[in-house]
Amino acid sequence: MNETETMKEKEMVDAQAGPADPIMDPPASPSATATVDAKAKRIDAEDLNIYYGDFLAVKDCSVNIHPNKVTALIGSSGCGKSTFLRSLNRMHELIDGARVEGKVLLDGTDIYARNMDPVLVRQQIGMVFQQPNPFPTMSIYENTAAGLRLNRKKTKKTELDGIVERSLTGAHLWDEVKDRLDKPAGGLSGGQQQRLCIARATAIEPEVLLMDEPCSALDPIATLAIEDLINELKKRFTIVIVTHNMQQAARASDYTGFFNIEKSGDPGVLVEIDETEKIFSNPRLKETEDYVSGRFG
Amino acid sequence: MSAGPISAPEAPGSGKAIRRPGDRVFSGLAIAAGLTILIVLAGVAIFLIGEAWPAITAPVSDLPDGKSLIHYIWPLVFGTLLSSTIAIIIAVPMAIAVALFTSHIAPKAISMSVSYLVDLLAAIPSIIYGIWGIAVLGPASVPVTQWLSDHFGFIPFFDGPASTTGRTMLVAGLVLALMILPIVCAVAREVFQQTPKGLQESALALGATRWEMIRMVVLPFGRSAVVAGSMLGLGRALGETMAVTIILSVTGTITFDLISSENPSTIAANIALQFPESSGLDVNVLIATGLVLFAITLAVNMFARTIISRREAAGGR
Repeated sequence: MNETETMKEKEMVDAQAGPADPIMDPPASPSATATVDAKAKRIDAEDLNIYYGDFLAVKDCSVNIHPNKVTALIGSSGCGKSTFLRSLNRMHELIDGARVEGKVLLDGTDIYARNMDPVLVRQQIGMVFQQPNPFPTMSIYENTAAGLRLNRKKTKKTELDGIVERSLTGAHLWDEVKDRLDKPAGGLSGGQQQRLCIARATAIEPEVLLMDEPCSALDPIATLAIEDLINELKKRFTIVIVTHNMQQAARASDYTGFFNIEKSGDPGVLVEIDETEKIFSNPRLKETEDYVSGRFG
Repeated sequence: MSAGPISAPEAPGSGKAIRRPGDRVFSGLAIAAGLTILIVLAGVAIFLIGEAWPAITAPVSDLPDGKSLIHYIWPLVFGTLLSSTIAIIIAVPMAIAVALFTSHIAPKAISMSVSYLVDLLAAIPSIIYGIWGIAVLGPASVPVTQWLSDHFGFIPFFDGPASTTGRTMLVAGLVLALMILPIVCAVAREVFQQTPKGLQESALALGATRWEMIRMVVLPFGRSAVVAGSMLGLGRALGETMAVTIILSVTGTITFDLISSENPSTIAANIALQFPESSGLDVNVLIATGLVLFAITLAVNMFARTIISRREAAGGR
């Protein structure tokens, strides 16, 4: 997929490049199985405190998310993992009264810097949601091209056709829909719709792909298809996935972070993050072990 | 058969399904209410047709001014449609803008008070709109229409000569627009607010600005509701009587000139003006015009209904 290389020329908005301080170097990658097609960007969160109004939802979260790796976030419901995920591309602030303190660095550039445009942030850090939600009034083709149409650059029809085909192929959906690209997206099955949403998110060639429980509305077969896809996508993107399914985290991710809360009403805390193998075989903390072994939660 | 506490009183398949008395009373009341609507509607239709019949069958010489019924009604239909069209053209874009402002742009506190004020517009009696139109808006419009006829006189709508009193079709249309604005706005706002959060978020997550998100998700989602709301507004504009009666200076001329003092009347305003002084066949003629108005508004409302139901059939998403 060499064509993706050229697509990667999207300039990083480094109007003000924040102090490039990787707080800690990435540990040696656990499984260098997947070959990297395109170097994606890393995310470093520093002392992130995430609020809904006065309520502190996630406390003092610092984490390094490595490029071209899949990082899974697990934890029981309401412990702040989705909230944390949504703060990584500034979707969190869309809720009334929601705010974030701290820094999120995308390859060293603080996405919460005062002069950073959230629209540009979201173009680089895409998102796939829990419910498959293709735009109902648009066709399959238009859904895939929706993000490109927004980018204010005029894209030629032939070029657009190429990107749509490539994105749908990349989402393992092309063969199933190539004969009905002009049909409404609502006619697809749930799993197909979710893959269409992934195609839509990847068509604008973001650096990072955030996935908020992308399989929880899907059946096991469709779930496996998405997991295969995630393994494929990490060659081109950095992936952060929130999941309730521990097997999924174990199967699909390179790193796993465990969020927990002391008791209801307390802020969520990222208690442990490490290589997935280690989290599931030999975690540092007792509470992590209890959770991954199914003793609670 | 042992009478256990939950054993069926009869063998299944024989006898009627069990119905609670409460259900029976409620469904009876609901059916009665539904039937009443139908009876009233049918009664109005029968009355109109019955009373209009003598005018329809009468020889032309007996009709007012010796004109045929078609000739009598046509200018009124024209005036009715013209004033309503002006109202719709002005009110719908404004209503969409206000609805978007209150549903997606303004902060909550402002949005609530603006919605409340717009809803309040609907509570103002039409006679007040009429008085305001002739006393305030009309005179205020005179310099503007003067300027329009001086500079844009080549457009048939602004042919002039501009009215010096402001009792023009343009002012009547403007006032009608204000009157139907709350209806269209309320319908549009309700639907815009129901745009699924997930769709809005996916648009934003693709890097859409707020306006792009609105264009991509909210407007397509609310489109049929806007059409339906406009039709409801149109229904009101077509039948509006008092405001038009007061504002419009009527000569019965068929003209697209919106700013002169020669205007066609509307059906409703014409009935209001003529009815007290009419007798005999003239009354039947007026009722015949009413029948035409009834048919037009019925058609408009049915059209709106089909659009709404088509939207519901499509899953409402």
